Amino acid sequence: MNEIGRLGRAVLIGFPYAWFGLFFLLPLLIVLKIALGRSADAIPPYISPLSWSHGGLAFDPTLANFRDILCGGCMRAYGASLGTAALATVLCLLAGYPIAYAIWRSPPLWRNLLLFLVMLPFWTSFLIRVYAWMAILQPSGLLNRVLLAAGLIEAPVPLLYNGFSLQLGLLYSYLPFMILPIYGSLSQLDEALLEAAADLGARPWRVLAEVVVPLSLPGIGAGALLVFVPAVGEFVIPDLLAGPGNLMIGKLLWAQFFENRDWPEAAAIAVLMVAGLAVPILVAQRVIGRERPA
Amino acid sequence: MPLLELIGVSKSFGRIAAVEQVSLTVERGEFFALLGPSGCGKTTLLRLVGGFERPDKGRIVIDGEDMTAVPPYARPVNMMFQSYALFPHLDVAANIAFGLRQEGMERGRRLARVEEMLALVQMTGFERRRPHELSGGQRQRIALARALAKMPKLLLLDEPLAALDRKLREETRLELTGIQERLGTTFLVVTHDQQEALGMASRIAVMNQGRVVQVGRPAEIYERPASRFVAEFVGAVNLFEGAVASASGETVLQVPDLPSPLPVPAGTGFQAAAVLAVRPEKIRLRPDRPTGFALPATVCSVGYQGALSVVHLEAGSARRRLSVHLASAAARDLPRGSPVWASWSAEDGVLLTR
Repeated sequence: MNEIGRLGRAVLIGFPYAWFGLFFLLPLLIVLKIALGRSADAIPPYISPLSWSHGGLAFDPTLANFRDILCGGCMRAYGASLGTAALATVLCLLAGYPIAYAIWRSPPLWRNLLLFLVMLPFWTSFLIRVYAWMAILQPSGLLNRVLLAAGLIEAPVPLLYNGFSLQLGLLYSYLPFMILPIYGSLSQLDEALLEAAADLGARPWRVLAEVVVPLSLPGIGAGALLVFVPAVGEFVIPDLLAGPGNLMIGKLLWAQFFENRDWPEAAAIAVLMVAGLAVPILVAQRVIGRERPA
Repeated sequence: MPLLELIGVSKSFGRIAAVEQVSLTVERGEFFALLGPSGCGKTTLLRLVGGFERPDKGRIVIDGEDMTAVPPYARPVNMMFQSYALFPHLDVAANIAFGLRQEGMERGRRLARVEEMLALVQMTGFERRRPHELSGGQRQRIALARALAKMPKLLLLDEPLAALDRKLREETRLELTGIQERLGTTFLVVTHDQQEALGMASRIAVMNQGRVVQVGRPAEIYERPASRFVAEFVGAVNLFEGAVASASGETVLQVPDLPSPLPVPAGTGFQAAAVLAVRPEKIRLRPDRPTGFALPATVCSVGYQGALSVVHLEAGSARRRLSVHLASAAARDLPRGSPVWASWSAEDGVLLTR
């Protein structure tokens, strides 16, 4: 009986580790192996650093790929990606917090409907939604025509293929990932705390600044992580909405992989990206982890 | 000028009237209790005074100023919440200083006031603790200190002792009255516990179904309940329904299922339908028939409760249940099934209209 219990516990605890190992660590190691190899005209197009020779396992890695990306324009793309993702996170927070707050403060019957509306876009293909933005933003698109008709502009403005359309696309796509964790955090907040703050003389905006926002920090942290991390490596949105000036690491990676067929360098870019993202994840987990007990 | 004046205050939630036409005055320095069963509207009334609800009708005047439309942050009133509502992200000192910071008190005075408040509730040294590191009783003290820190004219307390265990409740009750007397702050406390209200308050308003049904000092409420509801809600009571009529020259209450008519207080007029309320501790039990009024009964059970014992009797053709409180020493020689004579004096009963 006790043995089965111990075994059950081992399986239960082992499962997430096995999942993590199988679907994150193992692929990452494979990518790392490619990153340490050499580019070659072969199928697949690289020479593995691991090989069987003279009856033994030989390990012959090269750091040339990492050296290449550390010196080249690659670092600029990393920096630009981090900057773009950081801006997108801030914009999502600025737009998402008021929405989450409004949903939380609305009558209970409305709350579920509003949450449903936040999640509704997920029912349509992500790609179709981004294409729809292209149709709206292009020079002869809906937005330009409306602005022309309203007499606000005299000639179509370039709305597409620039930083604006990139940020709009990121904001649009990632907003729900900011709203939902913040709402989750707010909905756990005891209403009596707001009344207590008001009772002690805090005007509404000070209640917000001194009680509501500090107590929803775990939600803000989780939301920021859910937006920032995928936004750094985002490929589809920059590819479809960004202009030539908006260099992003996802696009570079794709180009190295499919256009230059330089797998080892693409793999090195990917490894460096994962390593770079581990830092903000750990920072954010500190913030979330500070959540109060009970 | 009274400190708090409620004038014809009504409040409904949807179609449910929570508070109906309540008029009350609370004088400066009073320890005033709103007592009633859950759902009677006492908490809504407290929230109306705090400003968390707006009345549909009526006016709320605090210290001579009409506060009916004033938001909570601008009222000279502070509240101690039933859940205590301590800010979990702030330590004890910051919780107590929260209200002082809102009014822009400078740091030095603020810290001094925090120390003063901690000393008042005997929690000096707990400044840096977070609420989750405190016990229930300690949280209660900090909540009290926080509510008193701004020196409000009126302190509202929502079920202040409900979350404490029995022994702590007794101690805290004494401390609350001590602090109230020391500071002279007017306390308005909501409670469903009649013991608590009788023990703490200088005056009590008993509420039922959104209305105030009786206001008075604890002894008045207990000894002279104005209605059947008050008699039953505040303390235990034996109720006899019957008609007030004349029997052999005396005014008595005729109860159909009892062998003898019951005495009523002097000056009672004849009524076809009335209720006589007699408190269990007013009833005396004797093995032999005394002179004057007495009711023959049988001992059903004796419930030992320490100093007191609750004796249940059966009397009359309908085997009506009576409860009697006796000193445990006296209840010891009452075996189950033994016949006794129950009696009380006419002035110990209270005649209520049905």
